[in-house]
Amino acid sequence: MREVYVDNNATTKVDEAVFEEMRPYFCELYGNPSSMHFFGGQVQKKIDEARKRTAALLGALPEEIIFTACGTESNNSAIRSALEIFPEKRHIVTTRVEHPAVLTPCRNLSKRGYRITELSVDGNGNLDLDELRTVVDEDTAIVSIMYANNETGVVFPIEEIGAIVKEKGALFHTDAVQAVGKIPMNMANSTVDMLSLSGHKLHAPKGIGALYIRKGVPFRPFMVGGHQERSRRAGTENSAGIIALGKACELAGEFLNEENTTVKTLRDRLEAEILRLVSNVRVNGGGAVRLPNTTSVAFEFVEGEAILLLLNEKGICASSGSACTSGSLEPSHVLRAMGVPFTCAHGSIRFSLSRFSTEDHIDTIIKELPPIIQRLREMSPFGREFLQNK
Amino acid sequence: MWDYTDKVREHFLNPHNVGEIPDADAVGEVGSLACGDALKLYLKLDEKKERIVDAKFQTFGCASAIASSSALTEIIKGRTLDEALEVSNQEIAEFLGGLPEEKMHCSVMGQEALEVAIAKYRGGPIPGHDHDHLHPEMEGEVVCKCFGITDQFLKKVIKDNKLHTAEQVTHFTKAGGGCGGCVPKITELIAEVMGDQPKEERKRPEKLTNLRKMQLIQDILEKEVRPQLWADGGDLELIDIAGSTVQIAFRKACAGCVSSGHTAKFVEQKLREFVAEDIKVEEVEG
Repeated sequence: MREVYVDNNATTKVDEAVFEEMRPYFCELYGNPSSMHFFGGQVQKKIDEARKRTAALLGALPEEIIFTACGTESNNSAIRSALEIFPEKRHIVTTRVEHPAVLTPCRNLSKRGYRITELSVDGNGNLDLDELRTVVDEDTAIVSIMYANNETGVVFPIEEIGAIVKEKGALFHTDAVQAVGKIPMNMANSTVDMLSLSGHKLHAPKGIGALYIRKGVPFRPFMVGGHQERSRRAGTENSAGIIALGKACELAGEFLNEENTTVKTLRDRLEAEILRLVSNVRVNGGGAVRLPNTTSVAFEFVEGEAILLLLNEKGICASSGSACTSGSLEPSHVLRAMGVPFTCAHGSIRFSLSRFSTEDHIDTIIKELPPIIQRLREMSPFGREFLQNK
Repeated sequence: MWDYTDKVREHFLNPHNVGEIPDADAVGEVGSLACGDALKLYLKLDEKKERIVDAKFQTFGCASAIASSSALTEIIKGRTLDEALEVSNQEIAEFLGGLPEEKMHCSVMGQEALEVAIAKYRGGPIPGHDHDHLHPEMEGEVVCKCFGITDQFLKKVIKDNKLHTAEQVTHFTKAGGGCGGCVPKITELIAEVMGDQPKEERKRPEKLTNLRKMQLIQDILEKEVRPQLWADGGDLELIDIAGSTVQIAFRKACAGCVSSGHTAKFVEQKLREFVAEDIKVEEVEG
């Protein structure tokens, strides 16, 4: 069975060109970039190139990029650094819909005496900027707000948020793991102080990430030990991963337009067809600005895990914000924060596309999905007579 | 992905007995949309109104909820009402070749629906389950407000399944899986139920036949040893008994644990204390 992979917000296929770029740096060009000899030095040159490529995608300077192991490390580093820079400040602002890579460190810090404010969102997943204005104060060390939501694709107005944060003298970090490569950004003209990205969300391999730190913004390293990354991130460089990320960023720049045309057209078609063919459906965050590749669809009166496993039988790989797949029992914290009605919070499925998605993929989903929903609804004790597919 | 057995997959992909019985003698409904799973069970009885001749279900829920409903209807068909009441959630789980522990609440939901159906048919009090909006007359006090689960029901499940941690209680009943506010109360209930179990004064017997010795070893492992391992996420399996040598294999967190040597010593100590002084415990692969 050929897989129909529509779970690109979970991880992406490594682009063949990216793989070719990194391939020599395992068995042949394995030198340590810190070594004095030519053999290590040639790897250092390639890392410098990767740093330039990564910076270029963000509109940043090469020296503003440090390479990390993943988005989670970048997020943890940014938050901890801010707290060390401002030891007297004891307040952190974030949102209720952040990824656990930000929410969990914040909640752990609340146990150590920090005050954490989690901003709420409305039914479309949008923030209330007035709430942000009232909560950020002189005690706030850092505001960490995601660029785009991993479950719904809802994009936050990062520059407006940054302007509010700057007025109060706090640092502004954004987890842009889902946004980089899908939305054009230009750090040269931005209010962002720190930005996290992850390689495996943009067709580089797992195990490589980066943190952008604006020139002039003070930073304290999370990992100490060596002088690598100008002593801002110790540890021998993951040279193959860094080189892969550089190539992936270069390609992402080239395909940025395609993400917002071809990929978006496929997503829009998928969404429109589902809404046309299946009754009692809503798009989570449908009224907000969203990433071009993501749709989160809530089906009333069915449970997400059952949908996913039946899709899986047809080779369709999607994911759900449903409780049952994660081991927790409540619908995802994102959908709960948005106040998605309980009639459909348990039945939300996320389809996330990439530049490798095709018309065929969408055709397959549109063919297979409606009978699956119909079948589960027929099995359900709730209001079956109202739930005939259109 | 969940590690479902082939039997769960089979009963999820092709569930048996889906649907309604329009002239059902007994109907039991548990769960709700808010809870994330719900089951409506229909029973048709024979002419004497003793034996279940047909059972059908409608379920809203995940794969294991659907499979558990299918298993339940298969198990109870042909049984008398009294026999059906003896069906435990463990029996449903065993019918399916086991359920991941996080999904045990699905088997509990099946058993609940059956109890409710029979209680309603007989006109007795509705057992104190979760889902207070369906049965405001239920017994007990609500402990878990997120899922509306009562102390009576929790105590029963803790006792029947010999649960030792709040996490296990969440896996079996969902209680504590929402806001988590009731976890301390659940821990109290576990202490109350499991602490109150009359502790048989166990003494090492003077003389043992081989058969009795093997029974006793099994008994001690079940009642004294495994519950303690479960508390740390571990487990063991009895592989063989040869004379005084007991062979065990560690499972879950115990398998490959660096301190499994200590755990093996602990097992030996317990068996020496309660069975015979010359017991030797050997850890084997298997």
